[in-house]
Amino acid sequence: MSILEFVSRINPVAASGAVLVLVGVWGVLARPNLFKIAIATSVLETGVNLVILSTGYIRGRTAPILDSAADASTAAARMTDPVPQALVLTAIVIGLAVTALQLSYAVRLRAAGGGSSIESYGDEKW
Amino acid sequence: MMRRVLVFLAVAGLAAALLPLALGTGVPEAPGALATAYLEDAPGDFGAANVVTAIVVSYRGFDTLGEVAVLFAATAGVGAFLTRKRLGIGDAEPADKPAATEILVTATGLLTGLLVMFGVYIFLHGHLTPGGGFQGGVVIATALLLGLLARPESKLSHGILSAVESLSGAAYVGMGLAGAFLAWGFLDPRVLPLGRIGSLVSAGSIPVIYSLIGLKVGAELSGILDALKGDRE
Repeated sequence: MSILEFVSRINPVAASGAVLVLVGVWGVLARPNLFKIAIATSVLETGVNLVILSTGYIRGRTAPILDSAADASTAAARMTDPVPQALVLTAIVIGLAVTALQLSYAVRLRAAGGGSSIESYGDEKW
Repeated sequence: MMRRVLVFLAVAGLAAALLPLALGTGVPEAPGALATAYLEDAPGDFGAANVVTAIVVSYRGFDTLGEVAVLFAATAGVGAFLTRKRLGIGDAEPADKPAATEILVTATGLLTGLLVMFGVYIFLHGHLTPGGGFQGGVVIATALLLGLLARPESKLSHGILSAVESLSGAAYVGMGLAGAFLAWGFLDPRVLPLGRIGSLVSAGSIPVIYSLIGLKVGAELSGILDALKGDRE
């Protein structure tokens, strides 16, 4: 398989999502700073959302909204899969709120005199 | 050293797991049976032009109620963590924050009304266009964020925020119960006439429910922004 053939098979949405997932997982596992862990989780979420979205995209089809491009009778033949889009739609806002919760937890730990590094909470391990 | 190896192994394993997806395997040529049923039935069942909205608000409406509850829990958590007492600020006068620039203050005055209107437009047209309660709620929260940036010393009215949030949440559950008693199931939008596909007043109670979600999400995210300022009592 030539390199060109390999590149042409890559799904751009899923590939960029996969890269974001890997960056996010590495950030969560390898960075000690609590704030960086929160941002890494956010990056991870974005990647997961992109990967989920990519599984519903079908080349050459239109968005799952009835208009002049597709009416009710041709919907199933002309539209992309709406289920992943519905899943991701709510996940984005939930992700935002969870990031805010993580960050406020980190701020609270800092304000109580702890460090921003997860290493300084070794006694919290179970 | 051991930890680095483990992290590398975890990332490499995940990369191997994601590789088939990135190469486009698993992407079907046509939507699956469930998606096909949604695409074919949504216009007839609920009169919603936007099939994604029909899934989010009606077919999987119970999940959406749960997700709104998760959002509420996260907001409550942020509000509980970031009070003045917990942050150790106490009653001390806040340090003088630099005043916002005139550009920001003027732009805020011009944009706030437009942003709120745009947010309301997005959630009212959720059953017709790509949009809905979650997106519209976020746009409304950005209007309040602008206001907080332009006047750092201002405080959002807690009472109004909680009133909007709890009333819209209760009305959401109320619409769901109305569906259970007047139509065929919990959150069934057929309690109101379905109307003609593509008109603003159509799709039964879907626009009503999505507007309530929009108000709730807007109030919750505004509450998060207010709490993140860190000067709550």
